[in-house]
Amino acid sequence: MELTTYTALIVLLPLLGYLLLGLFGKKIFGNSSGLVGTALLLVTTILSFYVAYTYFFVLGNVNGVYQAIKPLQFTWLEFSPGMSIDMGLLLDPISCMMLVVVSFVSLMVHIYSLGYMKGEERYPTYYAHLALFTFSMLGLVLSTNIFQIYMFWELVGVSSFLLIGFYYNKASALAAAKKAFIVTRFADLGFLIGILVLSFYSNTLDISTLIQRLTSPDGNEMKTAVAASFMGLSALTWGLLLVFMGGAGKSAMFPLHIWLPDAMEGPTPVSALIHAATMVVAGVYLVARLFPVFSMSPIVLDFIAYVGAFSALFAAIIACTQTDIKRVLAYSTMSQIGYMMFALGVSGNTSETGLGFTASMFHLFTHAMFKALLFLGAGAVIHYVHSNEMKDMGGLRKKMPITHLTFLIACLAIAGVPLLSGFFSKEEILLAAYQKNMLIYGIALFTSGLTAFYMFRLYFNIFWSKPYESAHESHHGEGGFVMMLPLVLLAIGAAFAGYIPFGKYVSFNGEAHEGHMDIMFSIAPVALAIAGIGLAIFLYKKENEKPGNISAILGALYNSAYHKFYIDEIYLFITKKVLFNVIARPAAWFDKNIIDGMVNMAGDSTVWISGKIKGIQSGKVQQYALYFMAGIIGLVLLLVYVWK
Amino acid sequence: MIPGLYHILTLSTVLFFIGVYGFFTRRNLITMLMSIELILNSVNLNFIAFNKYVWPNKLDGVFFTIFIIAIAAAEAAVAIAIIINLYRNHHSIDVEDAGEMKY
Repeated sequence: MELTTYTALIVLLPLLGYLLLGLFGKKIFGNSSGLVGTALLLVTTILSFYVAYTYFFVLGNVNGVYQAIKPLQFTWLEFSPGMSIDMGLLLDPISCMMLVVVSFVSLMVHIYSLGYMKGEERYPTYYAHLALFTFSMLGLVLSTNIFQIYMFWELVGVSSFLLIGFYYNKASALAAAKKAFIVTRFADLGFLIGILVLSFYSNTLDISTLIQRLTSPDGNEMKTAVAASFMGLSALTWGLLLVFMGGAGKSAMFPLHIWLPDAMEGPTPVSALIHAATMVVAGVYLVARLFPVFSMSPIVLDFIAYVGAFSALFAAIIACTQTDIKRVLAYSTMSQIGYMMFALGVSGNTSETGLGFTASMFHLFTHAMFKALLFLGAGAVIHYVHSNEMKDMGGLRKKMPITHLTFLIACLAIAGVPLLSGFFSKEEILLAAYQKNMLIYGIALFTSGLTAFYMFRLYFNIFWSKPYESAHESHHGEGGFVMMLPLVLLAIGAAFAGYIPFGKYVSFNGEAHEGHMDIMFSIAPVALAIAGIGLAIFLYKKENEKPGNISAILGALYNSAYHKFYIDEIYLFITKKVLFNVIARPAAWFDKNIIDGMVNMAGDSTVWISGKIKGIQSGKVQQYALYFMAGIIGLVLLLVYVWK
Repeated sequence: MIPGLYHILTLSTVLFFIGVYGFFTRRNLITMLMSIELILNSVNLNFIAFNKYVWPNKLDGVFFTIFIIAIAAAEAAVAIAIIINLYRNHHSIDVEDAGEMKY
């Protein structure tokens, strides 16, 4: 079956790229390793588009409902009958959509990096890591088994770690890599326990079986999972909360978001690929993958909705105050993922309430386009001015016309200006929230205004504000064809992705979901977006005193937002002061004194006893003979008088 | 008086304990080796005596004795070789001087 071959190749080609470049990159490929990696990924991308096309238009749709297809599945490790870790490939609407997103954005980043990373010392290694990441991410979205997801989940974590710490001689990059790894690992602990809880009650690790068993209210598995309770919540709820914890860690939801802004220490194309478009939406994807089970527990859905909405607002406020352009984008990413999360949270599992699911996936799709574009644009700017700080920029619109134009398109898209992609997906999310929960709708509406404001603050600070003056005139211009091509392609995506009739293809149950657009409903968000843009024009178009005055007036609020609401400091306090002093130190003492003490005692007592009896082995032959003689006499006496 | 079994057993016992005494008290390895020969010969005497007086029709005791003599000869050869090596290393055949093989 050719579909099997193609789908398997989609995953295996990047793996091949990783092995080739990782093993032979430095010695054989050298400066051509970028081209090798890009060529392999081009094939992968074409195959992905082909497979997605085949699924959506030829094979997937049976009587108006999209069915999941498993072109490949084999048992990798069996624990007991029915309970096995399988490796397989799963094609369904969301995995096909993710295939397109991941491979397309990855290809753009590969091409872009040909220019951006040119001349780097570890150029082959960079492409090897990119290939590893692409492999893991594609494997993750195609997984049929929840444990398979977990493995690839960890693999994307590792490749993210490797790429954040790519500039390994920079202390801040190392710290950021460690932070990202530890924070997401901590969240993954919850994920693992959640997997174990869910699989314990459903007695399977296979996703489709698990969903089927945990969604039929009459089934035995469902009954026991709901009946078992711990601290007032059912086992099912606990399992789902823990799985969501894993998703929240990967997707940088409050309070596990602290690694994402620091992750910007990696090369900018990496930020575009991993920390904006693909890996960070893995959490959203995970919740969507298990959505039928999540929808059985309203508590968890509400929790997801509130966490998502709060993260969206929280990150948007911080984004308004940051001056490092990549950090602004990082917080913006967190905010937009918050949108996707709460869209899932307000979704239900009936055709009337299922809008949120479609909206979330739709936003994931459009967000990947415009956010990757924003990051790549920011990369071009950083490449040009050699700085991440807004104060070193300004007035770049004449120097970098293509970057300027594409960046503007992305800003308009993310702000939700009508007719661009972000508008459509955001409207759907707002509509879904409006139908379910007014509080979340209010937060989302306010956040969308903030989004427009901070994006245009960024835009004006980079491209307008003051005329550009620099001591060193940039020697390489905008970055050449390889850097501009991805920008243009992504800009096309960011502008027109919204016209895809998404509800027709992606919905929680596979049936076409008719999203309806109401002009009246759009007035409020669009007005807010325009107000946000207007405010940004007013404050930042020309360099002036106003922003400084406003931040002075806001005082404490501005300061705490500028310091990211001191979440990092709170974490440091908790880990250093509380965890280290209260738990780690006693544990270390216990380990040093009790555990080591027991081991030492065993050794010491052996030494002591042997010291006492070693005199027997004196090296004197006649003494040995005496013992021997005494033994014989003893034996004789024993045999003659005792055991007659 | 014709010597009987008891006389011979008494002789062999005396010989045996002379050998043991020599083995424990002498420091010279050659003398210790000689003491061991004494012990072996006392055992040989026992075998012969029991063979002759208790089972005169059998030859088991004689064969044991011949084996013991053969083994004693081999043992003497080995022991003397050891003693020669010891002498080369320590310039002495005093058993007290060869005390390295201790704890």
